[in-house]
Amino acid sequence: MAVVLSLLLHGLLLSSMGEEEGLHQTQFLDTMFVRGLKRKCFDGEEDIEGTLAGIKAIPSYNLQRQSLLDMSLVKLQLCHMLVEPNLCRSVLIANTVRQIQEEMTQDGTWQMINTQSTGQASLDRLVSTDILCRSSRDQAEGKQGTAYGTLSKDFESDQAQDSSETISTASAVQAPRNLQSNVWEMESPQENKGNFQKSLDQIFETLENKSPNTVEDLFSEVDNSYYDLDTMLTGMMSNTKMGHCDSLETFSSPTNTASNSNCKSDLNDLDHIVEILVES
Amino acid sequence: MGAGLGGHKGVWGAWPWCLRTQPCSQAADIISTVEFNHTGELLATGDKGGRVVIFQREQESKNQPHRRGEYNVYSTFQSHEPEFDYLKSLEIEEKINKIRWLPQQNAAYFLLSTNDKTVKLWKVSERDKRPEGYNLKDEDGRLRDPSMITVLRVPVLRPMDLMVEATPRRVFANAHTYHINSISVNSDYETYMSADDLRINLWNFEITNQSFNIVDIKPANMEELTEVITAAEFHPHHCNTFVYSSSKGTIRLCDMRAAALHSSHFFEEPEDPSNRSFFSEIISSISDVKFSHSGRYIMTRDYLTVKVWDLNMENRPIETYQVHDYLRSKLCSLYENDCIFDKFECVWNGSDSVIMTGSYNNFFRMFDRNTKRDVTLEASRENSKPRAILKPRKVCVGGKRRKDEISVDSLDFSKKILHTAWHPSENIIAVAATNNLYIFQDKVN
Repeated sequence: MAVVLSLLLHGLLLSSMGEEEGLHQTQFLDTMFVRGLKRKCFDGEEDIEGTLAGIKAIPSYNLQRQSLLDMSLVKLQLCHMLVEPNLCRSVLIANTVRQIQEEMTQDGTWQMINTQSTGQASLDRLVSTDILCRSSRDQAEGKQGTAYGTLSKDFESDQAQDSSETISTASAVQAPRNLQSNVWEMESPQENKGNFQKSLDQIFETLENKSPNTVEDLFSEVDNSYYDLDTMLTGMMSNTKMGHCDSLETFSSPTNTASNSNCKSDLNDLDHIVEILVES
Repeated sequence: MGAGLGGHKGVWGAWPWCLRTQPCSQAADIISTVEFNHTGELLATGDKGGRVVIFQREQESKNQPHRRGEYNVYSTFQSHEPEFDYLKSLEIEEKINKIRWLPQQNAAYFLLSTNDKTVKLWKVSERDKRPEGYNLKDEDGRLRDPSMITVLRVPVLRPMDLMVEATPRRVFANAHTYHINSISVNSDYETYMSADDLRINLWNFEITNQSFNIVDIKPANMEELTEVITAAEFHPHHCNTFVYSSSKGTIRLCDMRAAALHSSHFFEEPEDPSNRSFFSEIISSISDVKFSHSGRYIMTRDYLTVKVWDLNMENRPIETYQVHDYLRSKLCSLYENDCIFDKFECVWNGSDSVIMTGSYNNFFRMFDRNTKRDVTLEASRENSKPRAILKPRKVCVGGKRRKDEISVDSLDFSKKILHTAWHPSENIIAVAATNNLYIFQDKVN
C-alpha cells in the first residue's frame, strides 16, 4: 500500500518541480518505452539502448505499465489544482490512461486479485483500481461529476451550483502555485478521516476471498504513518479547487454490495472512470 | 529574396548565417509569440506579462551601412491585463498567445493580439508633428483670456519628436469558453478567425459583439471528449478555405462555402505499427500548422517531426523531417516532466524552400526542401557575438562524442525554442529563447 502511495507522491513532487528537474528520474522507465514496445518482460534485450548505469534490475513490463498509469493519474489529479487546466494536455493524458486500461483489460491483469504478484504488489494495484472503481460506480449511480465541472459546463450555462464551490476555489486560486506546499498541508477534517476509513473498509471487503495471509499482511501494515500519508494525499486533493471535495465524497460514499471484482471487469465502468478524468 | 540554403557556396559545415543585430533583446518576461509583418519592416513579440514589443528595421543609411537591417524597439504597450473570471473563480492569464498583423492599408499599422479569452485589434501609428498656434489656448494648454486676443492666426503643424502610439481599436471578447490557441486573418482582410480547444469562430473586424461559429467539435457529453483543436489557419489566397489540426495528429481542410460544417478534406498519416507505444498519440498531436506562402502545401509540427503535406494528397505527407529523433527513447522521462506537451511552432521561408522549427537546449533546426540538407543552430548569448557566424551544432546520440558535440543527456530541456519567425522575403529570422529575442541575418546580405 505504501509503495503505490509513495510512487504517486514521487510522481506528484516531480511534476510539481517541473521540467527543470531533468530526465534522470525515470531513465530506467525510458528503456521500456523505446521504439517497438513489446508486451513481454525485458531482460536486457537489444531494444534497450543508452546507459543503464546503476540499474540493477529492469522492472517487468507490467510494473512499468503500472508506473505509467500511476504517473498519469497523478498528472490528472494535479490538473485539478491548477488555475485552469490545459484541456489538450488533460485529454492526451486521459487517452493514455484509457489506452493502458484497455490493454490491461485484454491482458487480464486489470483485476483485483493478481495471483502472480506478491501480496504487496497486489495491494498496490488494489488501491489504485479501487479508487478508480469507486468513482466510476458513483458515476453509474448518476452522481454528477461536478469536480470536473469547469470544462464540461457551457459558457452560457447556469453556473449556480458552482457557487458553493467558489469559496474553496477562491482560496485555491490564491494559494501559492507551489504544489509541493499543497502536498504537505495536513488537512485532516473529520470527513476525510471518515473517507479513509470507509475506503479501507471497502478494500478489506474485497479481500475476503484472498488468502488469510494477505489479509493479515494488510492489517499489519495499517499503522499511523500510513494513515497520515493517505490522509495527507486526500487532504491535498480536498484543498483543490472546483469541488474536488465532491470527488472525495464519491470516494467515500457507501459502496454497493456488488463486489469490486464486477467493477473491474466491466469495461463500461472503466470508460466512466476515464471520462470523469477527461472532464478534469 | 529568400534564396534556398543551397544557394550559399562553401562547405556545408560552415553555415553562412551571421548574427547581425545585438546578441539579444531581453524581455522582462518569457516571450510567447513572434511575428513579422507583411513587409518584414516590423517584428512584433508578445510575452507572458501581456506586453507587446514591436521592433522596426532601420532604414538603409549611407553613413552607417553596417547597421542596415538592425531591428530596434519601435513601440511597447500593454495589450492584455490579467483578469478574474468571477463566474468560474478562475484567473485569466494575460499571456499573449498569438499576434497576427493585418496588411498595411494606410499609414498606421494594425495587429491582432490574443490571450486565452480575448482578441484585441491594435492600431499603431506615428505622430511626428503637432499643431501649434491655437487661438483659444496657449502652448501649455491653458485657456487664453478672450479679451486679450487681438489677432487671429492659423495653427501650423510643427515637427516634434517621433511618438509611436498604440491604441486598442476593437476588443473581441466573451466568445470563447476554452483557451484560444490560434488567430488567423483572412485574405479578404475583412474577417478573421479565432480557434480554441473545441471551437473556431469567424469575426468581422467591424463587429465585436457577434461572431459566427464555424467549427465545433465539442461532444454532447464531455466525457466522450478525446480530441481537441490545436491550431488553425486561413488559406493565404482563398478566403473561404481554412485548415485546423487536432491532438490526434489529423488535419482538416475546410471550405466555408459548404453547407455543412464537416470538413472537405481529412489529412492523416497511417500509424507505423513498429513505432507504436503508449506515447504514440501524444507525440502525434500537432502543435502548429502553417500554409506555405504559395498556398499549395501545409506544414505541420508534431513532437518529433515536421511534415509537409500536399493539399491534393490526404493519405500521407510528401515530406517528413526529423527534428530530434534522439528523444524517441526518452519519451517516458519527457512525459513525466511534461516536456512531451511542449508546443513547438514551425515556419516557412519566403520562397517556401526552407522550413524552420525549434528544439531544446536553445537549438533550432532548418531543413532545405530542395537539397534535403538540414542544420542545427543554437541561440545563446555565450556562443554568439555581434556579427559572428553561427556554428552548426550536433547532438551525439551514442557511442563516442566528438569535441563539439553535445550528448542527449546533457541537453537542457528548460531551454526550449517554441517560437520563431522568418522575414517574408529575406533571410532574416527571429528566434525567441525564453526571455531573449535573437535576430539572425544571412551574411550574404
